[in-house]
Amino acid sequence: MEITKLSAREMRKKLIDKEISSKEIIEAHIKKIDEVDGDINAFITLTREEALKQADEIDRKIKDGESIGSLAGIPIGIKDNIVTRNIKTTCGSKILENFIPPYDAAVIEKIKGKDGIILGKTNMDEFAMGSSTETSYFGSTKNPIDLERVPGGSSGGSAAAVKAGEVALSLGSETGGSVREPASFCGLVGIKPTYGLVSRYGVIPMANSLDQVGVFGRDVADAALMLSGIAGYDIKDSTSMKVEDTDYLTKLAEDIKGMRIGLPKEYFNIDMDKRVKEEVLKAVKVFEKLGGEVEEISLPYAEYGLPTYYIIATSEISSNLARFDGIRYGYRSKDYSSLDEIYINTRSEGFGEEVKRRIMLGTYALSSGYHDAYYKKAQRVRTLIKKDFDEAFKKYDIILSPTVPTLPFKLGEKIEDPLAMYMSDLMTVSVNLAGICALSMPCGMVEGLPVGLQIIGDRFKEMNILKAAYAFEREGESNGI
Amino acid sequence: MPLKGKVNQMAYKTIIGLEIHTELMTKTKMFCGCTNAFGGEANTHCCPVCIGLPGTLPVLNKQGVEFGIKAGIAFNCDIATKTKMDRKNYFYPDLVKGFQISQDDIPLCDGGYVEIELEEGTKKVHLRRIHIEEDTGKSTHTEDGDTLLDYNRSGVPLIEIVTEPEMNTPEEARLFLEKLRATLKYIEVSDCKMEEGSLRCDVNINVVDTETGAKTKISELKNLNSFRAAVKAMEYEEKRHIALLKEGKNTIKETRRWDEVKNETISMRQKGEVSDYRYFPESDIATIEIEEEWIEEIRRSLPELPHDKKERFMKEYDLPEYDAGVLTQSKEVSLFFEETIKHCNDSKLVSNWIMGDVLRRLKDEELEIEDLKFGPKDLSDLISLVKEGKINNNTGKKVLKEMFDTGKNPETIVKEQGLIQISDEGELKEIIEKILSENEQSIIDYKNGKDRALGFIVGQTMKATKGKANPQIVNKMVVDMINER
Amino acid sequence: MISKEDVKHIASLAKLKFSEEELEDFTNKFSHVLTYVEKLQEVDTENVEPTYQVNEQIQLLREDEVVEGLSREDVLKNAPDKQYGYFKLPKVLD
Repeated sequence: MEITKLSAREMRKKLIDKEISSKEIIEAHIKKIDEVDGDINAFITLTREEALKQADEIDRKIKDGESIGSLAGIPIGIKDNIVTRNIKTTCGSKILENFIPPYDAAVIEKIKGKDGIILGKTNMDEFAMGSSTETSYFGSTKNPIDLERVPGGSSGGSAAAVKAGEVALSLGSETGGSVREPASFCGLVGIKPTYGLVSRYGVIPMANSLDQVGVFGRDVADAALMLSGIAGYDIKDSTSMKVEDTDYLTKLAEDIKGMRIGLPKEYFNIDMDKRVKEEVLKAVKVFEKLGGEVEEISLPYAEYGLPTYYIIATSEISSNLARFDGIRYGYRSKDYSSLDEIYINTRSEGFGEEVKRRIMLGTYALSSGYHDAYYKKAQRVRTLIKKDFDEAFKKYDIILSPTVPTLPFKLGEKIEDPLAMYMSDLMTVSVNLAGICALSMPCGMVEGLPVGLQIIGDRFKEMNILKAAYAFEREGESNGI
Repeated sequence: MPLKGKVNQMAYKTIIGLEIHTELMTKTKMFCGCTNAFGGEANTHCCPVCIGLPGTLPVLNKQGVEFGIKAGIAFNCDIATKTKMDRKNYFYPDLVKGFQISQDDIPLCDGGYVEIELEEGTKKVHLRRIHIEEDTGKSTHTEDGDTLLDYNRSGVPLIEIVTEPEMNTPEEARLFLEKLRATLKYIEVSDCKMEEGSLRCDVNINVVDTETGAKTKISELKNLNSFRAAVKAMEYEEKRHIALLKEGKNTIKETRRWDEVKNETISMRQKGEVSDYRYFPESDIATIEIEEEWIEEIRRSLPELPHDKKERFMKEYDLPEYDAGVLTQSKEVSLFFEETIKHCNDSKLVSNWIMGDVLRRLKDEELEIEDLKFGPKDLSDLISLVKEGKINNNTGKKVLKEMFDTGKNPETIVKEQGLIQISDEGELKEIIEKILSENEQSIIDYKNGKDRALGFIVGQTMKATKGKANPQIVNKMVVDMINER
Repeated sequence: MISKEDVKHIASLAKLKFSEEELEDFTNKFSHVLTYVEKLQEVDTENVEPTYQVNEQIQLLREDEVVEGLSREDVLKNAPDKQYGYFKLPKVLD
């Protein structure tokens, strides 16, 4: 039995059945990390000792017959923009290279409360700005499927770590596709929950009206387990919502016969890798076979998703990243002779190019004279994009599309061309703008590289997309995919 | 010259608008549960939210909103039924997030006015708005030139009150500020202590030549640590603007501060750059809905406001308007008056004592009525002693002075110092007889029609009794006894 | 098209700076992105309200109760420079 290949659910079951100890699980994963992470670079910080200590505590609980939580003993990777008490949290940036937060994010408290074991902090594009994990100050992460290729981003470290068996589950974060795209590139299940389902308290924001913590698992049920572990209202996040039922596991196997499925023509008619499109269309056939009622639909404002996203996200970024000024925490430049120079040099030396580019665009979009033409205009177009989805979900339960229009690309291939990089998010950003939920799951392979299928659901209808994904996954297993 | 100056003065109109920031008396800060107590050791009233650690989120304090609404009702504003918070973006070491959470286009309270009493009648000074926001931290500079930052104040709830530019003299602005402060204290939303920074005032001032229509550019005055400083700064600016207009020159739009030592306003360093705050909605806070019912509940809970109280004092205690105005200027003074009245049912007499000796002494020593060492019951005892003729008026004033210093009850003071008025005619007759026999000339003078001589004899008698004699009785007896001679 | 001067002005608002060389490259890339987002101008948004928040939600107001904050040590833990329990900014020639 290779422990690191077990599903998270199997690990927990074997733990309860006393087939293996929590310590053995953690040690096996640490060993795996030691073997592969030199090549993959999925982690920025490892927390071996704390993890082993916690494993001992869980073993004691089991021995003493105490009850254990739903994530007991499961090694989990945390994207490094999620704040962890007394554990360095860098956001993949030089400016936070040595930042040790004095508090835990709400999701971290939840994981700890459910006996999950945090094994480390994962690599990411700097401040989650990127689609390849190449903008990290701590070097790029490689795709475990092909080390010459990117794992996607910005949650590339969290995706790669799960794919490589360094952890069983992980948390990422989403602003415009930062979980779904790496899930697609690494052949994983990645969920972007509805805005407000998971507390953002302690998640270092990129764009706060779009951000949401997301999860990775190697199969649908694992991802659902992770999501159930972190979902729910939090008084510290005024935008989190009171949702009744966050148990996504029990109803997973429900039949999807009669499920109404929409295929947005705008997402299939764009310029994309034909092989990706073919694989996705094959998947659509599977849904028909499962009893889904598939129809073509239209999301008329789809083409405006990306420019709208870039204006809104960068506007919020420009403000969210103003606090990094070298005064209270983080990097401070050594070179200054005035207060203004402390700010300017700290920020210019501490932030990478992509971060600066987005701060600049956002500052411009909000600045006097341009605010209405850019920021406010984008917020109005956002209303139209959201309305597209609201209309669609009156008739359909889920929407299917490719997650990314391309296969995983090679390192360095797009880093010099911001627009080409932004295009990776073409089919994911609108979901964040509308605040609805979506997941990406593997639906086929092209030349040994995975293709991701995106399943989009209405707000707080996570159960719909998970049921559909689970049914598709089981059908694929029975066909040997 | 003076005449010419006066005429010229008339040709200029001063325009003053104010922006007042007041800290609210909540228990906790605006967006986190940290204590809102003043002071404390540096950086001990802080949490991840109010030091702006990345990842933290604001959660709005209900009491902060309620106090904002309360102020809005007291100043006759329209209260928004739906409002939101916005971000005001700028860099400053005191500002932990690189933005302040404030309100932009939809303030909590819209419009409103404050009435001030001028010689020519009541003037309404209109408000533009009242909005809620958070305070910043504080920086101090060491002798070495380093800056030390304390974030205890960061996130403390504030309201910002903005007036229309409707005040035309520094005196009007002073009256406005006095009224504003009294009201805010009345409704208990702020303690308005300028020395602790819980009330801060910025002034916008410029001058128009009413004949030519020429205008100076607005000066913004900051760092005004007291109403007195604010008034002096406005007076200084008024003169500066007029002088420039007279020379056909203009001011520049700038921020100036008041220098207490030099007694002048000084231009604060101007950065060539115009500020661009890039306001946009704070989406970490949802829409704030204010139900009509809540507003009504707050309205009902509002205490009697200065204006209403003044009307009532005039009616209920039959006081002249002036007295009622003075006595209701602060909540504490009005309470002291009403408490005193309970024990001693002579409103005009009580009013005279409070307005006269009590308030004058407080003003001289820059104290508030709550700093008094004695209470309303003590004052009413004193007034009763005078009224019943046990001590005379002058002795009363002496006793009050003693009460100020020691806080002792007036009866104790009178007893300890033997100040009870001598009204016993037998005792007085002996004293007067002695004085008359020593001052035969005065008797002759009096009989020759010199009234001053009578005053002299009375004075000598008062002196001999150490002021304890009842002056009315002494007067009558002296006249009678001279006539008997 | 955006000029180098515009980029400099935006940089000063954002407290960032670029070398001349960077500025050239940056202005170029920035212009491409701006041209791309220009696309939004073709959308008719008359009578369309902006969406600042995706969920129709009313702010829950927090009761005014004190919650214990951080120790002073934790407050200052990450400070680049501190003295006497304060965050410190060294003397600067401003």
